[in-house]
Amino acid sequence: MIGRARNPWRAPRFLAVGTWLYIAWALVPVAVAIMFSFNDGRSRSVWQGFSMRWWWGDPNLSLFHHPDYTQALVHSIRLAVLDMAIATPLGVMLALGLNRWRGRGSRPANLLMLVPLVTPELVMAVSLLLLFTQVAIVPFALVELGTTAQVIGQVTVSLPYVVVIVRSRLASIGEQYEEAASDLGASPLQALRLVLLPLLFPAIVASMLIVFALSMDNFVVTQYLSSDQSTATIPMYVYANTRGAATPALNALASVLVFLTLLASGVAFGVYAFAQRRVRRSGGSAVRELTALDR
Amino acid sequence: MMYSRWYWRALVSPGLAWLGLFVLVPTYALVAVATGRIDELYRPIPAWNPAKWNVGFIREAFAAAVPGGAYWPTVRNTLLYVGAALTLCIVIGYPVAYYIARHARRTKALLVLLIVIPFWVSYLMRMLAWVGLLSPDGYVNQVLAAVGITQPPDWLGGYPLPVILALTYGYIPFFILPVYAGLDRIDRNLLDAGRDLGASPLRNFLHVTLPLSRPSLLAGCVLVVLPMFGDYYTNELISRSPRTSMLGNQVTLFMLGGPQKNRGAALVIVMMAILLLAMTYYVVATARDRARAA
Repeated sequence: MIGRARNPWRAPRFLAVGTWLYIAWALVPVAVAIMFSFNDGRSRSVWQGFSMRWWWGDPNLSLFHHPDYTQALVHSIRLAVLDMAIATPLGVMLALGLNRWRGRGSRPANLLMLVPLVTPELVMAVSLLLLFTQVAIVPFALVELGTTAQVIGQVTVSLPYVVVIVRSRLASIGEQYEEAASDLGASPLQALRLVLLPLLFPAIVASMLIVFALSMDNFVVTQYLSSDQSTATIPMYVYANTRGAATPALNALASVLVFLTLLASGVAFGVYAFAQRRVRRSGGSAVRELTALDR
Repeated sequence: MMYSRWYWRALVSPGLAWLGLFVLVPTYALVAVATGRIDELYRPIPAWNPAKWNVGFIREAFAAAVPGGAYWPTVRNTLLYVGAALTLCIVIGYPVAYYIARHARRTKALLVLLIVIPFWVSYLMRMLAWVGLLSPDGYVNQVLAAVGITQPPDWLGGYPLPVILALTYGYIPFFILPVYAGLDRIDRNLLDAGRDLGASPLRNFLHVTLPLSRPSLLAGCVLVVLPMFGDYYTNELISRSPRTSMLGNQVTLFMLGGPQKNRGAALVIVMMAILLLAMTYYVVATARDRARAA
């Protein structure tokens, strides 16, 4: 006897089960690693009860008391702030220019912008290391390995992301707002300052936060261009101590990294999605919005 | 609009100057070191003048990268591990992306969020997590002991399989997202057309969905293969044994471990040549796809 036949166009059940298994596989290990930062004992693999000692409690060895950990935390944030401060304005200007510049040289410029995205990071890191250690002419000879070199490397790898985010926002804004501004007598610079930049604001905030997250997570370039222990970042410190006898404070340090990058990328997504929804709700027509204004 | 050409050029020039200084010049420095000479302490003397390039080290690196050469074990490991990890990414990742794009309804937004999260969790945190789980007294061995396996393998003792699994675990988020985006863009009318014309679900998948998702499938492959080729940290964290050494480990050994930066630079050029072969296939394949669609 045949029961009610299952609709053959429905999803096979193993696909749903497999997807949830994948998600468990992807996330549970990280959750376990975060859990071990609250371990009561010294082990990072055997649970010995809950405590806050590795976060705060231990006066010498905890995350916020041990000088190695605080140093890595402070240096990571220092690099991220510098990366944001340099990559964002450079990337916004590059995006604005590349978006409209049609002359000779615009095609190679577009390709050059994509190079850091499609090159393995190791190749970028090796090239920059050789640049700063082998080239004896100014300005490269002035840069020593350490913070300056690390910032330059991080800006180079994060710049394309800013350009991509800002350009996608520019594409959804369209050209009408700028044209309207210039019809009303605004100079190019006024149109940029009074019309385009306010419209781009969400994309600029989003790309700043993405650059922050990229910088915090960056490992290869940052490690290659580091000088000594004082220029170690969180990922570098985690890398150097994962196989060692580090305490669960190491897990706490890595958890801070995860928390900060998830927060930054989540807020970036929220800001950007909210702005895009407003563009779409207004029908995307600047003309209609401007004609509505003078009523 | 009546903007002067110089307006746009002024906007792009700082960014382009930056990319020129820190992308183009470093690439030239890499070539100059690889084609340079060495002093008596094996330190590189870069050849800045192309007329004085010495291709000896590059030729030596290519000769050592074929079977029987000194680099062959690392080249073989790289090809093997990257190939195996890529296969696993496709076998695990494609069905996940397919399910979320096609069949998840109320849970779709949640599932997309859950596959984006690993994207933003630091790679090193994810390796740290597995080192904890795989350590001799870790949860993996506890589970194995519970089902009666009391002699578990030495996971972190320098064997290929854990490295391959770690690479898969590390890079699969970068595969799933583009494939999901590609599958999600497929016009549902085409699927309905296949269905109305009498294709079975399997035939519809093989003849409609799969060909239409090929470009994003290839893009996902490129996105995981590029970083895997330059990976040295996964091996260093999971295996720590020269037996499983990959190209990235060899390059890092030359670059950060000793004076022979010229050999490291030459090896990077070998690595780029192998990647260029793969990328050429990608470009040809996507061009063919586009020509067929047009």
